[in-house]
Amino acid sequence: MIVKALFLVMITAWIAGAIASLVTGRGVIARSVTALGACVGSAACLLLGVTALVTGQSLTLNSTRLLPVSGLMLRLDGLGAFFLVIIGLVGLASAIYGYGYSANYEGRYSLRMAGAMLNLLLLALGLQVMAYNALTFLIAWEAMSLSAYWLVLTEHDKTETVRAAVWYIAMTHAGFAALMAMFLLMAGGDLTTSFEGMRSNAAALSSTLRNVIFVLGLFGFGSKAGIVPLHVWLPMAHPVAPSHVSALMSGVVIKMGIYGLARVTLDLLGGGPVWWGVVVLGVGAISALLGVLYALMEHDLKRLLAYHSVENIGIILIGIGAGLVFHSYGLTSLAALGFIGGLYHTLNHACFKGLLFLGAGSVLHGTHTRNMEEMGGLIKRMPVTALCFLIGAIAISGLPPLNGFASEWLVFQSLLGGFNIPRPEVAVIMPVAVGMLALTSGLAAACFVKAFGITFLAIPRSREAEQASEAPFSMRAGMAILALACVALGLAPFIVVPALGRVLAGLGGLPDTHPAFTLKLSLATPGGASRVSPALLALGTLIILGLIPLALRALRANRRLRFGDSWGCGRIGQTPRMEYTATSFAEPLRRVFAELYRPTKELTIDFHPESKYFVQSIEYKSEITPWFEKYVYEPCLWLVRLLAVNVRRLQSGSLHLYLVYVAIALVILLLSARW
Amino acid sequence: MKSLFGKILNTPIVTESFSRAAEDRQIEIIAGEIDARVRKLLGRSLHIREVDAGSCNGCEIEITALSNPYYDLERFGLHFVASPRHADCLLVTGPVTRNMAEPLRLTYEATPDPKIVVAVGDCARDCGVFKGSYAVVGSVDKVIPVDVVVPGCPPEPIDILRGILMAIDRLPSSR
Amino acid sequence: MTGYLLEIGQAALALLLAPGLVGFIRVVKARLQGRRGAPPWQPYYDLRKLFGKEAVVSRNASWLFRFAPYLIFATTVVVTMLVPLVAAPLPFDAVGDLLTVVYLMLLGTFFLALAGLDPGTAFGGMGASREMTVAAIAEPTIALAIFGLAVGAGSTNLGQIVAQTLSHPGAVINPGHLLGFAALFIVTLAETGRLPVDNPATHLELTMIHEAMTLEYSGRYLALIEWAAGLKLLIFFSLLSNLFLPWGVATALTPGALAIAVIALIAKLALLGLAVALIETRIAKLRLFRVPELLGVSFVLALLSVTSSFLLR
Repeated sequence: MIVKALFLVMITAWIAGAIASLVTGRGVIARSVTALGACVGSAACLLLGVTALVTGQSLTLNSTRLLPVSGLMLRLDGLGAFFLVIIGLVGLASAIYGYGYSANYEGRYSLRMAGAMLNLLLLALGLQVMAYNALTFLIAWEAMSLSAYWLVLTEHDKTETVRAAVWYIAMTHAGFAALMAMFLLMAGGDLTTSFEGMRSNAAALSSTLRNVIFVLGLFGFGSKAGIVPLHVWLPMAHPVAPSHVSALMSGVVIKMGIYGLARVTLDLLGGGPVWWGVVVLGVGAISALLGVLYALMEHDLKRLLAYHSVENIGIILIGIGAGLVFHSYGLTSLAALGFIGGLYHTLNHACFKGLLFLGAGSVLHGTHTRNMEEMGGLIKRMPVTALCFLIGAIAISGLPPLNGFASEWLVFQSLLGGFNIPRPEVAVIMPVAVGMLALTSGLAAACFVKAFGITFLAIPRSREAEQASEAPFSMRAGMAILALACVALGLAPFIVVPALGRVLAGLGGLPDTHPAFTLKLSLATPGGASRVSPALLALGTLIILGLIPLALRALRANRRLRFGDSWGCGRIGQTPRMEYTATSFAEPLRRVFAELYRPTKELTIDFHPESKYFVQSIEYKSEITPWFEKYVYEPCLWLVRLLAVNVRRLQSGSLHLYLVYVAIALVILLLSARW
Repeated sequence: MKSLFGKILNTPIVTESFSRAAEDRQIEIIAGEIDARVRKLLGRSLHIREVDAGSCNGCEIEITALSNPYYDLERFGLHFVASPRHADCLLVTGPVTRNMAEPLRLTYEATPDPKIVVAVGDCARDCGVFKGSYAVVGSVDKVIPVDVVVPGCPPEPIDILRGILMAIDRLPSSR
Repeated sequence: MTGYLLEIGQAALALLLAPGLVGFIRVVKARLQGRRGAPPWQPYYDLRKLFGKEAVVSRNASWLFRFAPYLIFATTVVVTMLVPLVAAPLPFDAVGDLLTVVYLMLLGTFFLALAGLDPGTAFGGMGASREMTVAAIAEPTIALAIFGLAVGAGSTNLGQIVAQTLSHPGAVINPGHLLGFAALFIVTLAETGRLPVDNPATHLELTMIHEAMTLEYSGRYLALIEWAAGLKLLIFFSLLSNLFLPWGVATALTPGALAIAVIALIAKLALLGLAVALIETRIAKLRLFRVPELLGVSFVLALLSVTSSFLLR
């Protein structure tokens, strides 16, 4: 069975990669074995996912007697196979990229743990989507969180990194607690119940219990996915991790939240009342808008990309929320459209966000800074990185013909079906969501003009940017893989969408929809009413692009080109200080949304001691108000500290008191065991 | 609103016919030889960038008058532009002061070929009243090549218009 | 075969009419200012001259600067083949719908903004920043206007929207329809760089939005960008007229119907051009930070249009 063989190759490669990395420890050999293990495993994972999707084969593995992990159950179905494709694709690119990138860490940080943890993270992700009972799911989830935590801590000598890692582990464990509670409720106390058992139990659960399960699931999976207000760890943790790990985290790990949500709400619970979908839709729309608004104000390249991950998770949840709403009204083909849009965006986001993080890593590698205000002109020094970043920027802005447009088009079309909803007060949410989604995509385009323009175009703003060097071959190869994926997924959605339709067939009562959303070379809504064909659009644009020079030649237009200085109204000389900066680019939007940002301003002007008409120096500092950190998390942390201070009174230091504690605990345990 | 459109409707088109305005003009415009191909290319559409190389702004006021409804240079296909990259003609005024010599040269470099230069005013022709001053470098043709000179202090708008139209060989013969 | 010929013919017609439309608006404004003004075919002379000039490019700019005009022009021409200028439904309806049209034009704006940043001048950066702000804030209104039209027609397919309005003439005076038209009109002024959002005839760099990004362009590049801007104006005008008042659009591909369609198109463009010229004469430019207020008004109009079409179905 090819599926079983691929699975074994995948698992063995990752485990071997982890062990080999621990053993070899340093140097080119350690990087090579890490990369090799991760690569082979990811390639096998990708092939496994594709094979399972195309042939429809599934795989089941139970291990009832494998101590100490007895009770593990694995099963590969359509939804899992789709996420395996995501894991494999981004994992492959990250692994190849990581080979070149981790050369920076030689001698400074431990490659041993970094390599091992990379392979273990991939292993945990692979097992996560194949988990078939709560125990396996939770074990894989925790393994994924811990290995990601270790990887975030790679550059552990920086305070920023340690702080980010602490936030990350705290929030992921809060989510884990919610998930454990959720699974206990769903499985009736026995975590080894298979998903199949949970599915059949689900109908018997009372509606209050289902609602509680939904809320716990939203909290747990949402904190992993990074929805607002549970997103604060994301812009802290993703920038400080090594860039290939950031790509993996933003591209894959947060998608596990989406996987879990889809699995629990749609598959295991079989959908629910309307308010579930409305809540998911609302949370998605708010996350999308707030994510992009905060991203606009960032001038740290990786933090900007991290906030965009929040935004895109929001877009995915808009699609899934719309799907849930339609599902609860029984409009199954529109529901399928919504889910397919959301899931397709999951794949696309993994590709272009992975690509963007790898690009940001190349820039970091070349200029040793993440601050956009110190970059510039890199398109001439790092042409391959620039081209790949441009492809990623066009894709994330949702511009045709790349993949972001295809999935956003599907999400828009599902929202536009909102007028079929019988209740007008629910139906009216759809146009509001359409408006928010459109605003988000417009702001994302603005943000990426800034990110690409300030980083790569114009004149270098610092020494490092002037002397930046292009990334090594492995890093360029990693980026190229994802860039090609972005282009392919954008031009050929009519190949991906039917596969997604097969994924959804039978899930939660959805009919088999694979013929419905594509028509020859185009994407189409149910009934073929609205259609778009990115492939033909690209073809048309390319043809016209080719025709223009021919027409110019035929018209005998002047083809001379002369190079000169930039026109600066006759000023003599041009310095980087005269260019636009990232902060100034975003300033109009800062003013427009000033109510949200509440920017603070500090201006210190030093006058010349002799005369106040001459200024010696000006210091201008402006910050935006971090609403969530200040008003949601600070009070929580204050409360926790207060509790902790009071609980510390129990630790008096007296041995006698501790012995009394032990005795009391024993008595309580014996009494409770009796009952 | 009503008063504005009322005023518009009550005011006729006040543009003066060129030949009537240019009838008795005596000022001698000094025009160099401009390539016939250039004249043909720029004949129907000439975009002008005005450069003030240190003038007293007297010529500028006359040049500004060219855009008003009486002289209306747009009817000849002439148009003022903001960037020399968009321009075909540089309209230079002023004795070229020391500070404006380099910017004038940079403006000339920034303008794409083919281009023509029209120097307006006595200062542009030979530094006018500022001749010999420590602050001027020389007349415009000492800094950049000049095709047409329109003398006067300041020249009247109709003469400036005649100069520009002479440069592109578009003087209306019988209008 | 006739389908391809129709599409190419439509694109050629748009390319031919676009500079004329710009020239027409200019001559109307000139007459309102009491002067003769350039003839309406002046922009054709301008384009011909620009194609004969050399191109001067900044040393600081990269390949993107020289590539952007071609891409902007190409995407705008592709859009002219998707919108119902003279006929509906079009054979290329399956290639792109109304959402595609909006995002293809956003692609052009994206590259123009990048090209503004490329030479490293402050004016270009300023133009790029302002242009992206206006484009981003206009997006929700466009999306809601599309939603409003799609609700009536059941899809975002342009041919179907036109067919729906043709078969239900009474829908033209629907409040949803009228509010949607008003909202889309304001967005047209914003996206095509007309007063009160942006002054196309200004020489003051601090008041420029679209012009600021093109300050570094010359020769054939400038010609392509100016032509594409004219095309964008024509596309928006024809969307406004043919989606909301589609009478005259040919539904059958007979020479008679097509001739009527061309005449109807020219009439509608002239009418909208006159309206824009009157507005530009009357209204002063809004300062940049008041533009979001104007676009907010258009967003509210669009939201009201969608809500009313929901509730009055």
